[in-house]
Amino acid sequence: MTVQVCTDADEAVAGISDGSTVLVGGFGMAGMPVELIDALIRQGASDLTVVSNNAGNGDTGLAALLAKGRVRRVVCSFPRQSDSWVFDRLYREGRIQLEVVPQGTLAERMRAAGAGIGAFFCPTGVGTPLAEGKETREIDGRTYVLEYPIKGDVALIGAHTADRMGNLVYRKTARNFGPVMATAATTVVAQVRDIVETGALDPETVVTPSIYVDRIVRTEVAV
Amino acid sequence: MNPTDSLVENPGRGPLGKDEMAAIVARDIPHGSYVNLGIGQPTRVADHLPDGSGVVLHTENGLLNMGPAAKPDEVDPDLTNAGKIPVTELPGAAYFHHADSFAMMRGGHLDVCVLGAFQVSATGDLANWHTGAPDAIPAVGGAMDLAIGAKKVFVMMSLFAKDGSPKLVRECGYPLTGLGCVDRVYTDLATFRLGPEGATVLETFGIGYDDLAARLDVPLAPANGAPR
Repeated sequence: MTVQVCTDADEAVAGISDGSTVLVGGFGMAGMPVELIDALIRQGASDLTVVSNNAGNGDTGLAALLAKGRVRRVVCSFPRQSDSWVFDRLYREGRIQLEVVPQGTLAERMRAAGAGIGAFFCPTGVGTPLAEGKETREIDGRTYVLEYPIKGDVALIGAHTADRMGNLVYRKTARNFGPVMATAATTVVAQVRDIVETGALDPETVVTPSIYVDRIVRTEVAV
Repeated sequence: MNPTDSLVENPGRGPLGKDEMAAIVARDIPHGSYVNLGIGQPTRVADHLPDGSGVVLHTENGLLNMGPAAKPDEVDPDLTNAGKIPVTELPGAAYFHHADSFAMMRGGHLDVCVLGAFQVSATGDLANWHTGAPDAIPAVGGAMDLAIGAKKVFVMMSLFAKDGSPKLVRECGYPLTGLGCVDRVYTDLATFRLGPEGATVLETFGIGYDDLAARLDVPLAPANGAPR
């Protein structure tokens, strides 16, 4: 399907329904799709499950979405940070559910979703509280825990440049979860700093091929 | 590594400060290793790697051959380490996404990782992610992936907690990060090699072996010596 080149972030997040699972890219602020999150707040979808490495910093972006009471459940590896006061408060008040997932398992569960893998045996977390209640299997003398894919209804990611077909390139460590989230959601929305003509990106450098991308929008702020 | 692999006691040197501990860890990282340094104290190890060490630093947010922390005029919001601190890249650096970054970890391609810890058991169980306190918000990050992924896992910690209790224990009281995954423990008072049989003391600092053994309640032996 042809990528939709949106005029603004509001158009890019249109139609996200209540109860959706939303994959949100970024590691700290690097690669965080701040303008898309702000647009999602304006758009109003609620009862969301958010899958992201962190659970919001300060009072903006993901933290602002949480503060508005739009998020029922967070799936992440590292919610607790020096400036995660919004999440901390909601969690302690019992107003938000949390599933903590080891960071690599979080990435791999989304990779599995995008790659059509039904589940996978992973050595991470064996013998720890995060493996409690999960099926395990010994393979070649090592114990593994069964992990299931995480599929999103929507992925909101930040990339550096898109071409008008929707091919994406990233910049430095802002790449982080973007490429894997782009494979794992029904609708993938990327905010980028620049949109170039088709053919202007070196095909050898494309990280996320256009097949994964549904909507792109150029934002003025740093991605 | 400790060249003779037999116990070296340094009762007149130590306890070690944090930078001295970091220097001992750096000494034991083989030339040319691919290494991940955990958030916090282990980051100091980078400052003690000698010129020409050939060590390539990995940061799990997607970079190999990470350079030092960025100076004010080098700060780039797109280039941070796992602690979200602005860093730099060295010639020969490579970027990759999160699933690849953890695949190279889980897949056994990293030679060494250095982590902090709340507790380590003598047989190498690691507890470093959660105190288990009822009001604590659990946050694991990449700790569990690192613990089981790198070929060698080094822990850097003080040997005793602020309340005086040893952090090298028979069995961890805190929730585990990984089972039997720690190879070496570097502390202010001693360096240990861990294995299924228990802890082997490689070096002591500011204390002799016998005094050290008297303060710990774990299966302990001096390197190259008969079990005591």
